[in-house]
Amino acid sequence: MTAASPPEILRAPLVVEFPFTRSLGPVQSAFLTGLREGVVLGVTTADGKVMVPPVEYDPVTAEEIRDLVEVGTTGTVTTWAWNGSPRRNQPLATPFAWVLVRLDGADTAILHALDAPGPEAVSTGMRVRVRWAGERTGAITDIACFEPAEEGDPVARATPHGGEFADAVTGIVAEARLDYTYSPGRAQTAYIAGLSEQKTIGERCPSCHKVYVPPRGACPTCGVATTDQVEVGPAGTVTTYCIVNIKAAHTANLGIEVPYVYAHIALDGAGLALHGRIGGIPYDQVRMGLRVEPVWTEGGRYPDHYRPTGEPDADYDVYKELI
Amino acid sequence: MPGTPRTRRHAREVAVIAFAQSDHLRRTDELSEVEMVMPVLHQVLAQTGLKAGEIGFTCSGSSDYLAGRAFSFTMTLDGVGAWPPISESHVEMDGAWALYEAWVKIQTGEADTALVYSYGKSSPGSVRDVLTRQLDPYYLAPLWPDAVALAALQAQALIDAGETDEAGLAAIGARSRAAASANPHAQLTGAVPQGDYQVAPLRTGDCPPVGDGAAAVILAAGDVARRLCGRPAWITGIDHRIEAHSLGLRDLTDSPSTRIAAEHAGVFEGPVDTAELHAPFSSQEVVLRKALGLGEGVSVNLSGGALAANPMMAAGLIRIGEAAARIHRGESDRAVAHATSGPCLQQNLVAVLEGDRA
Repeated sequence: MTAASPPEILRAPLVVEFPFTRSLGPVQSAFLTGLREGVVLGVTTADGKVMVPPVEYDPVTAEEIRDLVEVGTTGTVTTWAWNGSPRRNQPLATPFAWVLVRLDGADTAILHALDAPGPEAVSTGMRVRVRWAGERTGAITDIACFEPAEEGDPVARATPHGGEFADAVTGIVAEARLDYTYSPGRAQTAYIAGLSEQKTIGERCPSCHKVYVPPRGACPTCGVATTDQVEVGPAGTVTTYCIVNIKAAHTANLGIEVPYVYAHIALDGAGLALHGRIGGIPYDQVRMGLRVEPVWTEGGRYPDHYRPTGEPDADYDVYKELI
Repeated sequence: MPGTPRTRRHAREVAVIAFAQSDHLRRTDELSEVEMVMPVLHQVLAQTGLKAGEIGFTCSGSSDYLAGRAFSFTMTLDGVGAWPPISESHVEMDGAWALYEAWVKIQTGEADTALVYSYGKSSPGSVRDVLTRQLDPYYLAPLWPDAVALAALQAQALIDAGETDEAGLAAIGARSRAAASANPHAQLTGAVPQGDYQVAPLRTGDCPPVGDGAAAVILAAGDVARRLCGRPAWITGIDHRIEAHSLGLRDLTDSPSTRIAAEHAGVFEGPVDTAELHAPFSSQEVVLRKALGLGEGVSVNLSGGALAANPMMAAGLIRIGEAAARIHRGESDRAVAHATSGPCLQQNLVAVLEGDRA
């Protein structure tokens, strides 16, 4: 079968969310706990440079560094960039400046946001100070942002600090969410479109003539595009199977009683087996060579399971290459 | 080789002998990743007459974060013809680093040829947001500073240091897209409006287009290269260096990692006539020209560079491919190619490519 016209390319929203739990180690723990307590800590390297935010190893010598110091909450902008259109999750929802700020007592700069009325109010060298977040948990966002400093704000020096706090923060949960619009491409679009008509569409390799199902658009043996669409099935042959004895955890599958059979099924005309559940027959009567056909449920987007057709079993030689 | 001034720096002579790339487009919804990559693989193989099964080593570069799918590179392997089993590797980086791995593989004597490819589909997601996930997760990523914002901090530092100004940056973008008019694969060509500020001081014209694309090169050693390519682009030096991740630790107006990589690659041991620089932002070309000591006589980014087409994970490999292609065509004798990765030129790879001279 060759499709008369290519189906419209499918698209669907795809959300990827990942809350990584990360441990901090002594230096980052002290720094982030300090932020919770309204104190900014840095580390002193062997040659006396104060690094804020602190790192655990000297970037030049790679020596471990643990000597904490407290620095000021006021500092100087070393470079900046005006962000006229804040993006989701950024520190401020209104236009702001990204800034690198060298806090008083520090030799390196920290990246954060600066709340200012407009770009004309920002300049390299300007004096700024920390604006603390209302609720602080031990995270870089405990600094809500920077704001312009006022006359009389003190100029601090680095002073030694033990880095010890009650109830230290030892980890963070780094949450992220990314939004995508997924499109499966030409070959898989044709496959999914076929399923909507309860047809299974494979693609034949023009070189080795194997029919791939589901098709991905390429023959992994020949490395060429599979372009000839072929309708396979609906019936097929069980090539191998296993008996599942653990009840599904996923809510969509809670209705499936154990034990049940999960099988590789070579649909008629397909060059490789796909997998599916076998129903309509006691689990201990499923066998290699069993002839099966798909069972669709109302509104289902793919076969719910496969059941015996009642035909005689397929001869082993017919499907042995597909096991 | 008789009559060639090339210096022998490594155990084996290795050359880029073929290069192909896709057209770089804003969206390619109709193509899966393998469907996008496969024509490029076929083109690069066709240039050499090699079959996929004759390649000694295959290495690719890509990132799952762009498409939002785990292990996405395994799908594109179908386009290579990975059965029967092949010798294969992958880097979650720009393909220039995949090329470095392939170059090492050939240097060890374990392969005589290598297929290197890389690709990125940025269109399914928001690449500015996606790239924030490569940042340090403790101090930076929770603030979601996007790639344009970080580049803008670097641009302002350059302006403050008197190394460029907004007009100078605009001229770099304009020159790149004018040059790209001769590049049929480029995404943005000709007179492109400088546009509004994205994150000031960077305007739209200072930033790379977001798009989808793929590239591939074939490497070969010694006599294999001479047999399959009329004028191989010999990699006479290649090196890559990284500097501190934290922007506040670095002098953003300079790129010492690029300079050190260039020294080790031998860039400064002779004049270069061509430079392909991976500078996604106009301001980064200012930094790279300084680090590489490029004079006015050097043709920089005649392909249009990343300001004309910046397919993530492929744009660096394309720089090596474009430089090599100029040598293949006899338009360059000694070229420098550069690739970058990470915020504000954090990581830099530099290669010197040379053609045999009569």
